[in-house]
Amino acid sequence: MNYTVDPGLYAIGNARAESPVFVTANYKMTFDLLRRAVAGVDGWILVLDTQGINVWCAAGKGTFGIDELVERVESSGLAGVVSHRRLIVPQLGAPGVSAHEVRRRSGFQVLYGPVRAEDLPAFLKNDLKATGLMRTKDFRFAERLALVPIEVVPAVKWAIIASAALYILSFLVSGFSASKATNATLLAAVSLGASILAGAALTPILLPWLPGRAFSTKGFCLGLLFAFCALLLNGGLHHGMAAALSQIVSIPALAAFLAMNFTGASTFTSLSGVRKEMRFALPLEIAGAGGGLALWIIAVVTGG
Amino acid sequence: MRTLLYLNDVVTLAFNALKCTGCGMCLAVCPRQVFRPSDGKIEVASRDACIECGACRRNCPSGALDVRAGVGCASGIINTMLGRKKACCVVDDDNCPSCR
Repeated sequence: MNYTVDPGLYAIGNARAESPVFVTANYKMTFDLLRRAVAGVDGWILVLDTQGINVWCAAGKGTFGIDELVERVESSGLAGVVSHRRLIVPQLGAPGVSAHEVRRRSGFQVLYGPVRAEDLPAFLKNDLKATGLMRTKDFRFAERLALVPIEVVPAVKWAIIASAALYILSFLVSGFSASKATNATLLAAVSLGASILAGAALTPILLPWLPGRAFSTKGFCLGLLFAFCALLLNGGLHHGMAAALSQIVSIPALAAFLAMNFTGASTFTSLSGVRKEMRFALPLEIAGAGGGLALWIIAVVTGG
Repeated sequence: MRTLLYLNDVVTLAFNALKCTGCGMCLAVCPRQVFRPSDGKIEVASRDACIECGACRRNCPSGALDVRAGVGCASGIINTMLGRKKACCVVDDDNCPSCR
């Protein structure tokens, strides 16, 4: 599948020389979102080559940047197409664009539009001024919910691979007993499943209501809750003390790790903050996962 | 809904009030309402809301704002630690790619 749009200048509606110019990225979803948002507007869309990446990410990478913008203005011949010298750049493109720099190099004035394309008609009506709400990137329930599959699917893939490896391992250490290996793998799969549910699915959804500021803390708390739930489930599987401890140690640690990975998809974390969080959380998460694995092996070997 | 905040007192945002001309570009580019107008200039109103995206630094024509820009992405940091340079999400200090 091709998710890119050819960079360059596009006309929408009855575009004229005085119509506004909207700058965007060449990720197809971004382009379509913009097109839908300004469906009733006569104007121009200047698509930058961001290698198929959305505006915010591309701005962070620098591909949605000053050089690309200035060169695209030139190569598209925009100055001959429109009579004004204004570019409406999405606000989330600002990390890659410098308005005064663009003006100096191209003669075009950069006007930062709203964060969301859907606010563009209101922005146009409001004399090209964005309100505080249009300027703010939030992180609402629906947005977090939509990100859950992106967190869960790769985690489940890893969990399947891990379960397969753990089956082989338990088959070997249990003295080639298929029934013991199946039972042990089931135990591990419950731990992995509970961790994913807590850390990759529920932490994103419940983010504002979970205790702590660090994502790992939030994931850890839910993980602990799920570890006790898994223990109850475990009671029906007739596992012993080592198995129970393995779950208590590994589920919160894995859930914390998965929750920590959600920092990248969230919209309110900083690099300095994530570095600080990782300094205390990552060693504990590795220790918890390692300890859980060791206890699980003990459980398989001793039949406990 | 109230604004979600990440860790306290950790961001590298630095504001030099002496250089500020009060042009308001930072107010226009900040997606987290970190700044507010004050006495013809601006002030930092909500420092912990800053996500270090770097938009204010890049768009401040008088160089009054400084921040070590980057993306708060744990997998990016892990990819960098593991030396995976080509992964979708890699973090380095100067120009920080993202995976959002």
